[in-house]
Amino acid sequence: MLATIVARLGQMVFVMFGISVLVFLIFFATPGSDPAARIAGRNASPETVAQIREDFGFDRPLPVQYAVMMKRLFVTQDLTSFVNRGQKVIPEVLDAIPATLSLVSGAAVLWVLGSLTVGVAAAALRDTAVDRGLMILSLIGISAPVFWLGEVMNLLSQSRYHDTWLFSWVPGLGYVPLSDSVSGWFKALVIPWITLAVLYIGIYGRVLRANLIEAYSEDYIRTARAKGLSPTRIMLRHALRTSLLPFVTMFGLDFGALVGGAALLTEVVFGINGIGRLTFHALQNLDLPVILATVIYASFFVVAANALVDVLYAVIDPRVRA
Amino acid sequence: MSLPSEPVLAPAAEPAAADPARPAEGRGPWRTAWRRLRRNRSAMISLAVLLAVVALTLLAPAYAGWLGIDPFRSNLAGTWMIDGQSVPVMEPSTTGLGLGVTPIGPTWDLGGYFLGADNQGRDVAARLLYGGRNSLVIAGAATVLCLMLATLLGLVAGYMGGVVDMILSRILDVLWAFPVYLLAISLSIVLLTSAFTIGPVTITAGSLLLPIGIIGVIYVPYVARPIRAQVLTLRQSEFVLAAIGLGLPTGRILRKDVLPNLLPTLIVFVPILLALAITTESALSYLSIGVQPPDASWGTIIQDGQTLLYSRPWVALAPGLAIVVTVLALNVLGDAVRDALDARGHGR
Repeated sequence: MLATIVARLGQMVFVMFGISVLVFLIFFATPGSDPAARIAGRNASPETVAQIREDFGFDRPLPVQYAVMMKRLFVTQDLTSFVNRGQKVIPEVLDAIPATLSLVSGAAVLWVLGSLTVGVAAAALRDTAVDRGLMILSLIGISAPVFWLGEVMNLLSQSRYHDTWLFSWVPGLGYVPLSDSVSGWFKALVIPWITLAVLYIGIYGRVLRANLIEAYSEDYIRTARAKGLSPTRIMLRHALRTSLLPFVTMFGLDFGALVGGAALLTEVVFGINGIGRLTFHALQNLDLPVILATVIYASFFVVAANALVDVLYAVIDPRVRA
Repeated sequence: MSLPSEPVLAPAAEPAAADPARPAEGRGPWRTAWRRLRRNRSAMISLAVLLAVVALTLLAPAYAGWLGIDPFRSNLAGTWMIDGQSVPVMEPSTTGLGLGVTPIGPTWDLGGYFLGADNQGRDVAARLLYGGRNSLVIAGAATVLCLMLATLLGLVAGYMGGVVDMILSRILDVLWAFPVYLLAISLSIVLLTSAFTIGPVTITAGSLLLPIGIIGVIYVPYVARPIRAQVLTLRQSEFVLAAIGLGLPTGRILRKDVLPNLLPTLIVFVPILLALAITTESALSYLSIGVQPPDASWGTIIQDGQTLLYSRPWVALAPGLAIVVTVLALNVLGDAVRDALDARGHGR
């Protein structure tokens, strides 16, 4: 098992290297425009551009430029924004992490509980109206763009029904740090959590239902039935347990991807100051250093999370270990 | 799936093929798949919905022409007749300081401002049709591009094997691990800021080719990986080995023996990719790195509607509903196509 883990970690390092090279090429080596001017942002003075060219070594060979970029991102961490003059980028990124983590973790709790309910109910009541209804709802959840769903939620909870008992507790848009107020944090995040979770409840519910139905055609379920176990016990202790394995992998991947930027749209719609909103603002100001930092940090996080999931998987599932 | 309820003891009745009057009718796999699809009612409804959406968006210029308006020019000072009264398209605010204007709301009258106006005084219904055309064109072109690139990569990697496969597979690993939206954002921010030239083609910053290229590229690994795996298997199959043994040229083997066997997988991917591309396009446009103004797409209209959300919600609601309906139909159709081709084991 140790060999599996070491090999997986080796692959992780390789992929991180690959991504950093790719990002470097996209940002600094696309033909046709001057990377220094791009980093300086709009209306930069020629002196600033010349200074940046010097600092990033754009007149030196590409491998040196790559090394300079990586050094400034990870070793000295002194990458600064030129749009918000002098603002250090890396601390800004690190400061945004708690908001993103709060959003994604809460949504994750909801979507795991929600999809377990949907998947088990649909599989148990297979081919009934309940099953069909749940599957249609899941498909609608998968088909709705999350930022649009967020707008609909805002329309209902902030405007149209804000004066009724249903949504009068919803605070204005924005994030409240957990350390400031626990209840404020919770209230500010409930609607974003639900919005973000809808898509995943749909996806996971459908996958779980399919896995459960497949499990029911396996020999061990027939054996369990023949032993006279109750249907509930068969479902929860036998079928669900094996069906949850792919669930674990999917969860790890999606959780990682969301923290690493996929929650961007939800953050923007609800004004939550996380990594995604930071990237979005940088995008609007053409603040390249910030985008560079968020993209690299976030994708490294995603890659590390994926590797962790695979290692965990090897621990849980004896078949992978060999 | 299910076992026969009781064991069959008696020999089966004479097979139908033995009946000389009715010779066995052969049916190809494509015919079989089409028949299965035809019998799937939800798939047929979805197909009808999709065709209706396409037809409606094709009618965009006709509708705008019939209204006699240009949905791409702002109309801040214009007026509109409602119930015999002339109403300004941008109604001055009557509350507060009397500053600011609110665009005209939905008239629910197809004769004009059916869904109201956006904050430029433009007809949202007409823009919805034009925007849909862009959304669908981008999704379609991105899907074609993605399938072509993925097939090429999968064929080369899977068939050549060895070092080529190793290098291509590692590149795909990297792209696969790169979060989709971050990759799209990185590409957009760099490409949207300046026009650039690839060979004879110059791509300007506002071109639709940019979102097409970006969306087409970011989903390549999702398709290329299963294709490569399938080519790898086909490479070892007897008919391909026989073709190699006969000394047929590689190009011919790939075209005549390998590619036709990949078709079911590729077809299964079409609705899935279309759905993904429509969603991705709308997200990029919402973040203002997709379709650039004055062009419209469903994503940009949702963005236009965001500032009007509480006063004129239909500007944002309508394009979102259009996306939900289209993507939902594509997802239902996708499931049905997969079942019809029974591509179990291929694809994902």
